[in-house]
Amino acid sequence: MTTPKKDFLHSLWDFFCSLKLTMFLLISLAVISIIGTIIPQGIPPQKYLAELSPAKIKLYKSLGFFDMYHSWWFILLLYMLTVNLVACSIKRLPHIWQIVTKPVTTLTVSLERSLSNTATIACSDETIKVKDSIASFIKSEFSEPTITEADGVWHIFAQKTPWCRLSVYFVHLSVIVIFIGSIIGSLFGYKGFVNILEGETVSKIMLRSEKELDLDFALRLDQFSVSKYPNGAPKEFKSIITVLENGKPVPDYTNTRVIVNDPLNYKGITFYQSSYGNAGSYFFIVTDLDGGNPVKLAVESQSSVNLPGGTSMHVTDATNDVSPFAPGLSGPAAQVEVHSPDGKSESFVVYANHPELNIQHAKTHGTGPVLHYKGGKDLMYTGLQVAKDPGVEIVWLGCLMMVFGIYAAFFISHRRIWVRVEHGKITVGGNTSKNQSAFALTFDNLVERLKKDLIKEK
Amino acid sequence: MNSSLLFNITTFAYLISMLAFFAFLASRAKAVGTAAILIAYSGLLAQTTAIALRWKESYDMGVGHAPLSNLYESVVFFSWTIVLIFALLDIKYKYRVIGAFVMPFALLGMAWAQLGLHTGIEPLVPALQSNWLLYHVITCFLGYAAFAVACGISIMYLIKAASDGGGDKESEGGLLSMFPPIRVLDDLNYRAIMIGFPLLTLGIITGAAWANYAWGTYWSWDPKETWSLIVWFVYAAFLHARITKGWVGKRAAWLSIIGFAATIFCYLGVNLFLSGLHSYGGGQ
Ligand code: HEM
Repeated sequence: MTTPKKDFLHSLWDFFCSLKLTMFLLISLAVISIIGTIIPQGIPPQKYLAELSPAKIKLYKSLGFFDMYHSWWFILLLYMLTVNLVACSIKRLPHIWQIVTKPVTTLTVSLERSLSNTATIACSDETIKVKDSIASFIKSEFSEPTITEADGVWHIFAQKTPWCRLSVYFVHLSVIVIFIGSIIGSLFGYKGFVNILEGETVSKIMLRSEKELDLDFALRLDQFSVSKYPNGAPKEFKSIITVLENGKPVPDYTNTRVIVNDPLNYKGITFYQSSYGNAGSYFFIVTDLDGGNPVKLAVESQSSVNLPGGTSMHVTDATNDVSPFAPGLSGPAAQVEVHSPDGKSESFVVYANHPELNIQHAKTHGTGPVLHYKGGKDLMYTGLQVAKDPGVEIVWLGCLMMVFGIYAAFFISHRRIWVRVEHGKITVGGNTSKNQSAFALTFDNLVERLKKDLIKEK
Repeated sequence: MNSSLLFNITTFAYLISMLAFFAFLASRAKAVGTAAILIAYSGLLAQTTAIALRWKESYDMGVGHAPLSNLYESVVFFSWTIVLIFALLDIKYKYRVIGAFVMPFALLGMAWAQLGLHTGIEPLVPALQSNWLLYHVITCFLGYAAFAVACGISIMYLIKAASDGGGDKESEGGLLSMFPPIRVLDDLNYRAIMIGFPLLTLGIITGAAWANYAWGTYWSWDPKETWSLIVWFVYAAFLHARITKGWVGKRAAWLSIIGFAATIFCYLGVNLFLSGLHSYGGGQ
């Protein structure tokens, strides 16, 4: 008796066993993934204000388009793919398992009809003797045979690489292993960021979720440097880092070099060279137009200071030698930007060795104050990406399984040979799981040599 | 002899080879087909030498690195892999005429590289200074090239299928008589993808391994990564199409063509139209 509930479960099972669903899921994932490559992902929605109307932003946000690879519907598709994969495997595996572990060792007439490679050899010798010589031929030319007897008829069966039938399932298993690895990574790992000034020691990092995380050790940046190719392109960004435990340097992790493509790994946490900057200070003397009231002024990079008269300034660039940029001039110079209270701003260069130019600039632009540059002090900082991912080994295991599985699924075939020895007649049959044409040649060749072998025996 | 002259010779050889393949289609003269394939092989030889020479030249300049570091070098390498995969297929299956549908891709690549791209040898930016670059680029491009060949074969399949009018009888005479039978084309398409799919899989994995080593995340849904996954999904669908009734023949050929279009977008479109981590030679 079938109940409606059972029918429903049955059709649900059939639905998930269907390869049409596989096609649908693979193609849908391909098409849907395009969205996230067009709409930049993982940046705050306010950033889109310039390009999209508020209504669109609201719509996209509710659909999860700004972080679509983590949206419920994308994850749902991945889960459906997994269920589909498992269901298909459960449905087909028992049959394949039978083929692999319980081979058909007798060449019945109906099996013979289903084979695409068959041949017969006439032979009037005693079947037992013939059987033995065929068996030893198959053993040396193909693989270890299994011999059975039924009603005076001998059956010889031999096969090569039957396990490769399972490789497709191995590939599918590898997809699931990769999923498991990535889930472990997202549950128990983290990604973060840390900036360290030269000479500074830090033991906290900032996570992507904007929470702080305390490391149980500390990092000190001993030095940061940038080297360049002769054409000015960057060649290397290098941080020299020392790991400290309880304030003491750890041997083997003292003055270690961290460059792009060569991270620092300590206690399962990895630090990657990612960015850098200058947090140094620039020094100025500010005077009236006539040189009176000199005031010393230090401006930190990336911040601004207030000047007498209500204006504020910050430094956009500085150099220790201006001569390559301004022929005829020499010494340090800084490019500054000055904002006046009425919203106007101007950008100009002040010099250390050319006070007259600084005064001239102030005069032509109003009443002062006059800025004189006194040089700067560099203080580099390094930006390190921090990551811990305990699932990554499982992901690599899955990848390895996938590569071997795909190789075996495509390039290794399960080949079988059957021989039936009756009085006066030998029947040979063979089949392969793939690459039929190559096997047909091998088969014909084998039969030819078997014929010769039998004649020689006589 | 320098690499730049040899690259020009290569381009010329691919042009002549392509024209010879067209002539072979039209004339059905076996000698023409042999000439076409021999010219393609000499082009491949010239290009192999040129790539090796360019590698050496970069060391002479003191910025030594494998010639896979910018758009020009990658397009040249792509073109090389296409002819290489075609040569392997030709040696194994001997269906010369496929050259008429594959050599145009190789020629297009070389012509664009030689005429339209900046050919100078540049030093490697820090982001690319890794041996992973070599493994990643070589596996990806061999995969892409196999897909290019599969695409050429699929186009032949669709042309032939259209002219056969769905029937099984072979059309007599005309250009199409040179085409391999429709079943063979279908099979060759599958075989080319059987070469390409494992290579693309390896390419994605080596890319992930590199990203994990250099940035700490093996996958960050960057547009290039995502597009490589899109391509991978399309070809996975193609492979499963064989097992599903109703998705073979023409539909499979279309999947192969769509797959190659996605491949090209992944390779070039992403850099031209979308922003991400992969912009060739972009560096910091
Ligand atoms: C929804 C998920 C999937 C399902 C339900 C599914 C199902 C199947 C089935 C039923 C087969 C045929 C096995 C046989 O010949 O008996 C197969 C073959 C195969 N599958 Fe999947 N599959 C899925 C996803 C994938 C993915 C993501 C890959 C990626 C590597 C993959 C790779 C393969 C390969 C390489 C073959 C062998 C194809 C051939 O020999 O031509 N499958 N799959």
